[in-house]
Amino acid sequence: MNEIGLTHILFISTALFFIGVYGFLTRKNLITMLMAIELILNSVNINFIAFNKYLYADKLDGLFFTIFIITIAAAEAAVAIAIIIHLYRSLKSIDVDDADIMKF
Amino acid sequence: MSASSVIFYIIAAVIIGGGILAVTSRKIFRAAVYLLFSLLGIAALYFYLNYEFIAAVQIVVYVGGIVVLIIFSIFLTHASGDEMKRPVLWRTLFSGLATIFAAALTYLFITDHNFVPVGYALDHPVAPSVKNIGLQMLSTTEHGYILPFEVVSMLLLAALIGCIVIAIKIKGPTNLPKGEA
Repeated sequence: MNEIGLTHILFISTALFFIGVYGFLTRKNLITMLMAIELILNSVNINFIAFNKYLYADKLDGLFFTIFIITIAAAEAAVAIAIIIHLYRSLKSIDVDDADIMKF
Repeated sequence: MSASSVIFYIIAAVIIGGGILAVTSRKIFRAAVYLLFSLLGIAALYFYLNYEFIAAVQIVVYVGGIVVLIIFSIFLTHASGDEMKRPVLWRTLFSGLATIFAAALTYLFITDHNFVPVGYALDHPVAPSVKNIGLQMLSTTEHGYILPFEVVSMLLLAALIGCIVIAIKIKGPTNLPKGEA
């Protein structure tokens, strides 16, 4: 293989994104679904950083997008875990199949 | 193959392997630990690309914050060591097929597309140093990020209050029907 370029890094981020999608589709547990979402967000961050480094080295915009995505992902994870804990208290389970109290 | 490529492939193997194990492991605590390795691999990739500040933020926020939060919530909601139910076969099969085909299509696009950097960008690189990041982050001129910075601080405050309100335990008898307090 030759020099590591943008394409190699895009391959990694694509693989990570679809691993996250697979986890989101197959898992039934809320915490593991949250972990799959974290993987998806991280693959987006890798894309932003790689494009910033290899194509737009005169700007820092991709880096700022990454910083804001990390911030919002942290807030999202905190709120999601608060909801999961509340759901566990009322249902004694965090399986998505059991969380049907808002149905109908 | 140069040493740089070897390091890159090791990092890639850690990221992808950790990710696959994180979504397929049936013990939830192990899944969280594999996620930790995957996120550390991503931080290593940022170091490899010379984005030290983002790598540090990745380690502090993801590894030190989010994964610890996830592990604590696992301890609060699971008997540790329990195995999760095996997912239904047809769901695994069709999810796997869908993601593999989508990934193959994306790979096709990436290999076909020729990424050409702008000449100006190569001649005038801006180092992603903490000084440059800080100056542009708090700049009020064009291309400054002070407005998103302030908005995101409000979002974090809202998330903080929201978490407390959602997860708080109401003591004593409440008017809510059983199971909703």
